[in-house]
Amino acid sequence: MLNPLVKQVDPNMYRYDEFDAQFVSERVEQFAGQVARRLSGELTEDQFKPLRLMNGLYLQLHAYMLRIAVPYGTLSSRQMRKLAHITRTYDKDFGHFTTRTNLQLNWIKLVDVPAILRELADVEMHCIQTSGNCVRNVTADQFAGATDEEIEDPRPLAEIIRQWSSLHPEFVFLARKFKIAVGACEKDRAAMLYHDMAVQIVKNAEGRIGYKVMAGGGMGRTPYIAHVMREFVEREDILAYLEAVLRVYNQDSRRDNIHKQRIKILINTIGPEEMRKRVAREFDEIKRAGTLQLPQDELDRITAYFAPPKFETGLSDEMPEAGADFANWVSTNVSKHRAPGYAIATITLKTPGQVPGDATSAQMDTIADLMDQFSVGEVRVTHEQNLVLPHVRKKDLPAIYAKLKELDFAAPNAGLITDIIACPGLDYCDLANARSIPIAQSIAKKFENLSRQQNIGELKIKISGCINACGHHHAGHIGILGVDKKGVEFYQLVLGGSGAEDASIGEIMGPGFGEHEIADAVERVVNVYLAQRKDGERFLDTYRRLGMAPFKDAAYGKVAA
Amino acid sequence: MTKLIKSGAYAQDAYAPVADDAALPDGPVLVSLARFNKDRDTLLARNTPVGIRLQSSENPETLGKDVHHFALIALEFPKFRDGRAFSWARILRTRLGFTGEIRAVGDFLYDQVNYQHRVGFDAWEVPDNFTVEMFHRALTEMTNVYQPSSDGKKTIRELRAAR
Repeated sequence: MLNPLVKQVDPNMYRYDEFDAQFVSERVEQFAGQVARRLSGELTEDQFKPLRLMNGLYLQLHAYMLRIAVPYGTLSSRQMRKLAHITRTYDKDFGHFTTRTNLQLNWIKLVDVPAILRELADVEMHCIQTSGNCVRNVTADQFAGATDEEIEDPRPLAEIIRQWSSLHPEFVFLARKFKIAVGACEKDRAAMLYHDMAVQIVKNAEGRIGYKVMAGGGMGRTPYIAHVMREFVEREDILAYLEAVLRVYNQDSRRDNIHKQRIKILINTIGPEEMRKRVAREFDEIKRAGTLQLPQDELDRITAYFAPPKFETGLSDEMPEAGADFANWVSTNVSKHRAPGYAIATITLKTPGQVPGDATSAQMDTIADLMDQFSVGEVRVTHEQNLVLPHVRKKDLPAIYAKLKELDFAAPNAGLITDIIACPGLDYCDLANARSIPIAQSIAKKFENLSRQQNIGELKIKISGCINACGHHHAGHIGILGVDKKGVEFYQLVLGGSGAEDASIGEIMGPGFGEHEIADAVERVVNVYLAQRKDGERFLDTYRRLGMAPFKDAAYGKVAA
Repeated sequence: MTKLIKSGAYAQDAYAPVADDAALPDGPVLVSLARFNKDRDTLLARNTPVGIRLQSSENPETLGKDVHHFALIALEFPKFRDGRAFSWARILRTRLGFTGEIRAVGDFLYDQVNYQHRVGFDAWEVPDNFTVEMFHRALTEMTNVYQPSSDGKKTIRELRAAR
């Protein structure tokens, strides 16, 4: 499907050497053997389950679901075309980008999985640890390497963590899953404080670069914001520190109640101070042993893969003019780039009516072409289920916008009320209590009018179809949680959450609304904000100032009877 | 029935498992932590090898200096999903410097043997249908590793540096 006029570009990103290639291909054959043992009946489903999960394979409502890792959200055009090909060949012609920056395929046959994994290995991709009770795919700020806000590109560290955590013998049968995010600026675009562990690249008082480590954040039925474990870890010690946190977790976590086995429960039971103490003891010992030291030359070697592309100089830094629609799109979807004349363009997979995060194979192919033509062959996947072209020339933005319009991916709504996160919900998921997708669609339709969206401003709606919170409802300015009441789907409102640097856990309003009432209830809540906001307040700010009461009164006003 | 694989081959199990309330037989015995705590002095005075079987909730560090009295520490997997023993073995080998036998017992899978081997296990109590050939295959499915562990295996980073 490659447009013959487009030349494939290889972006600056990590490339497998012979060791990585051998590792992934042996892992594919190992998993192929496990699949064969399952198909022959040698492995029971109970025994096969943790093995398949460790390789991203779920059993869903209708079929197997395969979750493909997109390490730290970075994809090359070559990889994007392969994903399009796999989606077309083995699935129903579309894939779903997730809040963990992975790609999920919902209609996979077990017998096809080894072939899919071999195809992925051809483009240096895999499904290792996208699921299961192990260290999951590492996520990162989607503007990494492109924003001027960061201390340095966080992806080299993310790659180092990816390698260290891959089939780590001590940590592949943890009490529960373990998610790590990395970032490198005060602005948090990766929901870091909601992760089991987060590493932020920081500078200390002496101007030395190191890492701030936080742990114990999480969503699910018991949401917590992460605690700082250590303000400053020296560069060479970072893997030793991460290993220390994981060892304490593996030893000391409960194993008797699946709902109380995440690290957030351990830390909030023993207290962050006691956790820091236990981790410090392990850390000192691992450091003394010296085997996990990260040498500067290794960091340099990995960093070199992510070298910034050669930015053209002498480009105009003016935003081109290309009509009102284009200007609207620029105002929300285009962000400041580190290089003059360049910009970061967010492609929201959220045109009202669309399934948030879904893309067809044809759309993926066209995006691959856009990546090659305009963004040095590179794209990022965001935890908000969008895509980002990280390095585009401002003068190319009108052409990009025109192409996105053809794709129906040109909604000027990044960060606005229709840029909704939604989990797959009961349409696909085995765990869900309620559907998420149709709720996202109905809310987006209700607020489709662009000037109304712009008037409302930044407002993050996040929808989960069950308490497991894959749709991040705790972190939504307006969160929506689907529940099942005697076989009927209801939707609870959760207000005041944030997944950004001002992280907070949303508060549940009260009894849920029916599927046909929830969009109206959201509208009444938004109207309270519009009536009460003061100078430049976002919805979240107004909520924080006023508290739940006025929003609750309005939301139930018409449905109380 | 179970059998023992040790140092890569079938081996005789010299240790007699002893229930907490049973009399101690002659020869090497394998006891629980509770039994050891109760009869510590008697067991150590017998002058025959003593093995201890720890449940996955029992941190070997609690043995203190006594750890070096044991010729065998059996770490139990109550179910294969419970991965605590991976850390216990690692701690035994690195922090506590234990050089005796660390034996995997209980409910574990073929697919976990390599991880066990890496963190410091050197003996496996396996079901009858688990062969020594399977054992060796489990250890060779993945040639290289990304992270250091108790096995001292060279990591991919070290192999890269040595190119």
